[in-house]
Amino acid sequence: MSNQPRTIFNKIWDAHIVMAEPDVPTVLYIDLHLVHEVTSPQAFQGLRDRGLKARRPLQTMATMDHSIPTTPPDVPTTDEIAARQIAQLEANCRDFEIPLHSMQGPTRGIVHVIGPEPGLTQPGMTIVCGDSHTSTHGAFGTLAFGIGTTEVEHVLATQCLLQRQPQTCQVRVDGRQGPGVSAKDLILALIAQIGTGGGTGYVFEYTGPTIRALSMEERMTVCNMSIEGGARAGIIAPDDTTFQYLAGRPYAPQGTEWETAVKRWRQLPTNQAAIYDRQVTMDVDRLEPMITYGTNPGMGIPITAPIPDPDALPDVSQRLAARKALEYMDLMPGQPLLGQPIDVVFIGSCTNSRISDLRQAAGLMKGRRVKDGVRVLVVPGSEQIKQQAESEGLHRIFQKAGAEWRQAGCSMCIAMNGDQLEPGQYAVSTSNRNFEGRQGPGGRTFLASPLTAAASAITGVVTDVRTLQ
Amino acid sequence: MEPFRTMTSGIITIPAENVDTDQIIPARFLKTISKTGLGGSLFADWRYDSNGSPRPDFPLNQPKASEARILLAGDNFGCGSSREHAPWALVDFGFRAIVSTSFADIFRNNALKNGLLPVVVDGQTHLQLFSLVEEAPDTVLTIDLATQTLTLPDGRRVSFPIDTFSKTCLLEGIDQLGYLLTQESRITAYEQAHRARPLCQHE
Ligand code: SF4
Repeated sequence: MSNQPRTIFNKIWDAHIVMAEPDVPTVLYIDLHLVHEVTSPQAFQGLRDRGLKARRPLQTMATMDHSIPTTPPDVPTTDEIAARQIAQLEANCRDFEIPLHSMQGPTRGIVHVIGPEPGLTQPGMTIVCGDSHTSTHGAFGTLAFGIGTTEVEHVLATQCLLQRQPQTCQVRVDGRQGPGVSAKDLILALIAQIGTGGGTGYVFEYTGPTIRALSMEERMTVCNMSIEGGARAGIIAPDDTTFQYLAGRPYAPQGTEWETAVKRWRQLPTNQAAIYDRQVTMDVDRLEPMITYGTNPGMGIPITAPIPDPDALPDVSQRLAARKALEYMDLMPGQPLLGQPIDVVFIGSCTNSRISDLRQAAGLMKGRRVKDGVRVLVVPGSEQIKQQAESEGLHRIFQKAGAEWRQAGCSMCIAMNGDQLEPGQYAVSTSNRNFEGRQGPGGRTFLASPLTAAASAITGVVTDVRTLQ
Repeated sequence: MEPFRTMTSGIITIPAENVDTDQIIPARFLKTISKTGLGGSLFADWRYDSNGSPRPDFPLNQPKASEARILLAGDNFGCGSSREHAPWALVDFGFRAIVSTSFADIFRNNALKNGLLPVVVDGQTHLQLFSLVEEAPDTVLTIDLATQTLTLPDGRRVSFPIDTFSKTCLLEGIDQLGYLLTQESRITAYEQAHRARPLCQHE
């Protein structure tokens, strides 16, 4: 088997098979299990009901990120239900001896940010979490995917999952992005091309010179949104960029172990003659900054394009969905999005809350002021990123411009913690989902890059960052 | 898990495609630490107006909805977040089967683990079902899992796919964790061969 040319996906999959027999799903071993407060309480309860322990607590890591406030720690919590859920996570981690990045600790943050940050996420691993954006970790050449709460219970109890092997899809990206065009625009363009269900049943592997040239943080942005194209996972084969990022991080192998690990990791990339089940290509040479106009991440357009006409779509249900989306967004087909007034700008989420995202946004906002009447929230992905940003003085740039500088968390990406849009408000957001009500009931979301978000914060309308520079 | 064998029921339709789990159960209802009681919040933002009153034109607010156990939905149902609260809410409301042309991966997995059957039909059957219900809102369907068939009121039978393992689990109400736990010796052998190393030390 191992002499056959294989994709990186197949190599990782094969190496984690505990049992594979016909007519039953594969029993797949999980190296690292990430846990957060929202999708885990019922799983721990399930363990208690059966009198089970967590099988490998030290291959598990927990944090609270979804429902926690991002206001300063001295502001008292008013949400008792959320507080109870957090207390439950603390009790569960205590009872099942699972390491927890606690509320007061210096390493807490969004689960998909604090896995890679200390070097926990490593090439060749299988990683799962009760969260669909687990695909983020694929940037390191890992097989990482989201699971439901019943499966969280399975992994806690057995460190394994029952899985049917997905198919593989190569996403080859060529070309060089122009100024003002980022990794976020690349992935929004891909999802616009294939649709939100386009990758269902597949694991994406992103390949090609454009992907190779991306930094680790940019790769994470790309892999993060694989799920918005329907794919369970997105993988980028590890290379020197990956190893440089990992070297010296607390959980990365050290000394001679490091050398051995790198040697092993270099075996992971897809063999030349390996065959994918499907291939998709895109070229970013002429890519513009992208923005969504509708209510799913596949409804994206180049920022200078007009809003598409639902009547021009090929099938009935697509037309129906597009009409419903425009009605919800209160937008007219044929009009440009450029110049559309906005109420809120959200810079954050596991897609775009890392230090390079904050640097880009700050670079643009430096010496400028947020347009009167626009609320701007900047929410770092982790407490470590927050510290780093503060040591570089980025928080002052944001605050001087008139933006709010928050504690780390998911915040307005999911609007569970009170950071949310008012009904009818428009926001440019660097997060990953523009579903109806995602950022607050009745709220309307335009997904875009940190650069587009920062530029729009300054002008108060949807803005092409290239015209501001 | 309650076994799923055969069932005859009326149908509720939600024709929109790409219904995401944020619509099925909005995030603000995810602060619960229980699996039950979510049916009242199913499709909350479509079902109730801003004052919390039911919108009479929303399908779940029709009188027949309380009896219906089959939901007929648009393509790519259940996309987005991995929240298992989505199938929990659908089951709590009373649904036992969802008929569509396609389902998002994680939703499909989650549904199967909660006795909620995702039934995939071809595009033509899908359209026919929608027009049948439009013409005769009281249309009933029979779903038989053992034979993997959907029987229309005119007697026409359409088969649907499901993998053998999920089918057996549903038919017999087997919970999959029980099965996984029987693999204990193999898991231990795997760990010994791969020297699982503790990753996350306490700070
Ligand atoms: S930032 Fe948003 S998408 Fe990411 S884990 Fe948090 S809620 Fe989910």
